[in-house]
Amino acid sequence: MKQEIYSHTTSQSALVRVAEISARYRNRPDKLMDVILAVQKVVPSMAEDVAAVIAREMGLMQNEVYSFITFYGLLSVKEKGKYIIRMCNNAPCHVRGARAVMDAISDTLKIGVGETTQDRRFTVELCPCLGICDVSPAIMINDKTYGNLTYDSTQALIKRYIREDV
Amino acid sequence: MANVKLTIDSIAVEVPEGTTILQAAKSLNINIPTLCYHEDQKVKANCRICVVEVNGQKLLQTACSFPVADGMTVVTNSPRVIRARRNTLELILAHHPLDCLTCQKNNSCELQNIAKELNMSKPVRYEVASRNLPIDSSSPSIVHDPNKCIVCGRCLEVCNEVQTVGVLAKEGRSFDVVVNPPYGKVFADTACVNCGQCMQVCPVGALTIHDDTTDIYMAQEAGKTLAVQVAPSVRTTIAEALGEEPGTVSTGRLVTALKRLGFHYVFDTDFSADLTIMEEGNELLHRLNTGGVLPMITSCCPAWVKFCETFYPQYVKHLSSAKSPQQMFGAVIKTFFAERNQIDPQSLFSVSVMPCTAKKYECKRYEMNDSGYQDVDVALTVQELAWMIRTAGIDFKTLPETPFDSPFGLGSGAGEIFAATGGVMEAALRTVYEVVTGQTLESLDFHAVRGVEGLKEAEVNLAGTIVKVAVVHTLSQARAIMERVAAGTADYHFIEVMACPGGCIGGAGNPIRSWKKVLRRTASVYDVDRKLPVRKSHENKEVRVLYQDYLGAPLSEKSEHLLHTKYINRQDILRL
Repeated sequence: MKQEIYSHTTSQSALVRVAEISARYRNRPDKLMDVILAVQKVVPSMAEDVAAVIAREMGLMQNEVYSFITFYGLLSVKEKGKYIIRMCNNAPCHVRGARAVMDAISDTLKIGVGETTQDRRFTVELCPCLGICDVSPAIMINDKTYGNLTYDSTQALIKRYIREDV
Repeated sequence: MANVKLTIDSIAVEVPEGTTILQAAKSLNINIPTLCYHEDQKVKANCRICVVEVNGQKLLQTACSFPVADGMTVVTNSPRVIRARRNTLELILAHHPLDCLTCQKNNSCELQNIAKELNMSKPVRYEVASRNLPIDSSSPSIVHDPNKCIVCGRCLEVCNEVQTVGVLAKEGRSFDVVVNPPYGKVFADTACVNCGQCMQVCPVGALTIHDDTTDIYMAQEAGKTLAVQVAPSVRTTIAEALGEEPGTVSTGRLVTALKRLGFHYVFDTDFSADLTIMEEGNELLHRLNTGGVLPMITSCCPAWVKFCETFYPQYVKHLSSAKSPQQMFGAVIKTFFAERNQIDPQSLFSVSVMPCTAKKYECKRYEMNDSGYQDVDVALTVQELAWMIRTAGIDFKTLPETPFDSPFGLGSGAGEIFAATGGVMEAALRTVYEVVTGQTLESLDFHAVRGVEGLKEAEVNLAGTIVKVAVVHTLSQARAIMERVAAGTADYHFIEVMACPGGCIGGAGNPIRSWKKVLRRTASVYDVDRKLPVRKSHENKEVRVLYQDYLGAPLSEKSEHLLHTKYINRQDILRL
């Protein structure tokens, strides 16, 4: 993990946007979550330069921002794919066939859990219960959820994302 | 404030309102084991070792955070409490490598002590899950082994709030939490100023001193001539590091021990502290007379210098260009001393014993080679010296006393008080006053600059000119005063900054600190000063001889070359 997250990749224009967003909440540490949620939409990851700008503009320490980011599972300091596929790893989904869904994902994308495709389009992760057990097994792709999946329907779904048909 | 009556382990006690159970128990000499609790820090209550039974409370409560109430009954040692503490400890141990025998903190580890106190005589029932993270020894001062971290949060408080450097961050959540520099960096890549206060508060072996003792043995085997200088604080803390009372002064025994360890020449850094005062004092006068940059700020503390270079690089011109006593000595040993004694500087191995971990970094700075070689080869801390003395089988308690070697064995009281916060200022004032006014100081004690307040101010009348001085310790206070310097509201002429709380005597190379111990050490420092025959730097005969025979005068060309330095801009490390 050491070197991988040591990145300087954020574009200058994105950093300017980050600065604009963070500067609205100078000396308001309680607004850090709002800032980060807004910032997340303009940067590929919460890399070091992003945290540095947020810290500077909000009057926080950089390590505080870093601790905050690493605490939350849906925030990441590593660059991830364009589409983040989150597979529920709790019991109800497992009972109703999560294994097959997982297989469909890894067969289609040729990557395993925690990995990103070479073209940086897909990242596969496990996550805790999505709260939609009634339609289990379920996955989440970015902020959309999909339920009642089977091997075939999952493969079809992923292929739609590959074609950008969403 | 009203008093509260309660019983602890069926002993009645009356304590002021707002006291915690832990403090109340302490007043009864009942020992409740603690791990994350530190007497100089905020209550954290995250280790759960100090749990006790409180009547009316269904769950066990942490004694360090629970305030007492009237009529409260507390049980600190019931079987339920002991079972809970042991189980907590087992869970901590299941996430901690059990390599105590080869750990630097062996025998001084708080976790180990608690295991002993709780009589943990059986193997841990849980599977040990180590983190398997790499050990970071990139810093010249600090070795960080995140695997041993118990996430108590003490180092975070010191680094973020006391020193405001912000190098360490809690990373992740739940079982995976670990304290690390952010973004997978190693210490050498961060803004870390090497003050080492994190090591002073770490209860386990997660943050330890970068051990350089092997270098000494290797130099000995290579047949080098070993010259060692001993910092002012060391004589008051080395005995403590070897198990004696805090504040025990052991100058003579220390010299004997160093001789027995094989050091050929044992010199006193008090001498070069006097030299620092001569240079820095004259620089101050020069700046006052010629309208130079004011306020002038001391530069003896390498952690402070790095802090200023990193966070306030546009203000490094305020720093005195005089080197720290360690580096002045290093330059003098490898030039003047080597020439005089006809020793090839190449075969001279210069060692310093310091109360400080940042000195390890300072002696490796690239510009510190004005003698043509690295001026100081190795900086040892008091703790490392104590290990060497133990390893050599020397019984420190019964050693006879030996004086320091000539020609740098004489230090004044002014050099001695460099150890405490306010000391450099006081030493400088003693000399500057007499040089400017030409009169002898009646009272040498400047009480306004002594003590442990974060910011101390004083005014001195120098032949009609009022000179305003300020003394700060800890880097949070330094940051506050630098903000005022930046805003132009700090109307001082001279500011002394020391990075460690209490000054060098509270430095990270010393045995584990607490404010109580630091106060006792400080009292000893001023005591030594009072008893010394010479208490002013400019009256130190050996310093005069050095100027006559070699350097010429303070701020002369030769002094500028050997005793002064320059600073760089390190801001890039913050900007990435």
